[in-house]
Amino acid sequence: MVVDTLSPDEVDRLFQALADGTRRDILTRALTGEHSVTALAARYEMSFAAVQKHVAVLERASLIAKARHGREQLVRANPAAIERARALLQSYEALWRHRSATMDAILAADRP
Amino acid sequence: MPVISARTDLDALSMTFVTEHDAPVDRVWQLWADPRQLERWWGPPEWPATFTRHDFVPGGWSTYVMTGPSGERAPGWWIATRVSAPHRFEFDDGFEGQDGEPDPAMPAISCTVELDDVGGGRTRMTFTSRFPTPGDQAMLNGMGIEEGTRAALGQIDELLA
Repeated sequence: MVVDTLSPDEVDRLFQALADGTRRDILTRALTGEHSVTALAARYEMSFAAVQKHVAVLERASLIAKARHGREQLVRANPAAIERARALLQSYEALWRHRSATMDAILAADRP
Repeated sequence: MPVISARTDLDALSMTFVTEHDAPVDRVWQLWADPRQLERWWGPPEWPATFTRHDFVPGGWSTYVMTGPSGERAPGWWIATRVSAPHRFEFDDGFEGQDGEPDPAMPAISCTVELDDVGGGRTRMTFTSRFPTPGDQAMLNGMGIEEGTRAALGQIDELLA
């Protein structure tokens, strides 16, 4: 396995993008439909520039994609990237299950 | 013994795994302290690890390479930040660049191992790994941004659970 096909800095970008409540909120909204950055910005008590920055972090992690629609930039989620994040977390858990079982086998070999 | 719990904390960028083993704390500690034992379990399935160095003291380096089924090599390193035998071991787990030296552009993952005696000669091991804190997040926080609505937050956490 060795943590699938994502490079270490892709993994890093993914987790860093997910490490913020506002970004997870934006991502959740983007999962349910397309939103303009302007419409998203109106939902948060922060500047347009700050929301734009959050959107850019999500985009760099491929968690969302932006598409131009007339004069608006529409944001939507990329379910494949979210699935990769989920699979990655599962693979860490699977790795620890494997390690734990192997440790037990080593410890059991001590006993007569 | 199966993993008792596996927990992800997205805000702290950390993952915690708890396991229990039918051996005393001193014995379980050896699984980390002795490189010949460590390399028997550290690598994922099909990717055995070989530790080429294991300076198990604070500030000490460990280097290892994992070898894949087709001969691929995945090298890595640790630097021990705290070694308190036999209960606590902390280290940074990092990647190597193309030149075989630690890659400074690739932030290391901070890991903590805690071993606790749970009675009856058994040991509970708690392993926590923390991803690096993103600089851009520190910057955003520095801008004095209030957290917006979190109504839908739980959905993503559930999705990833």
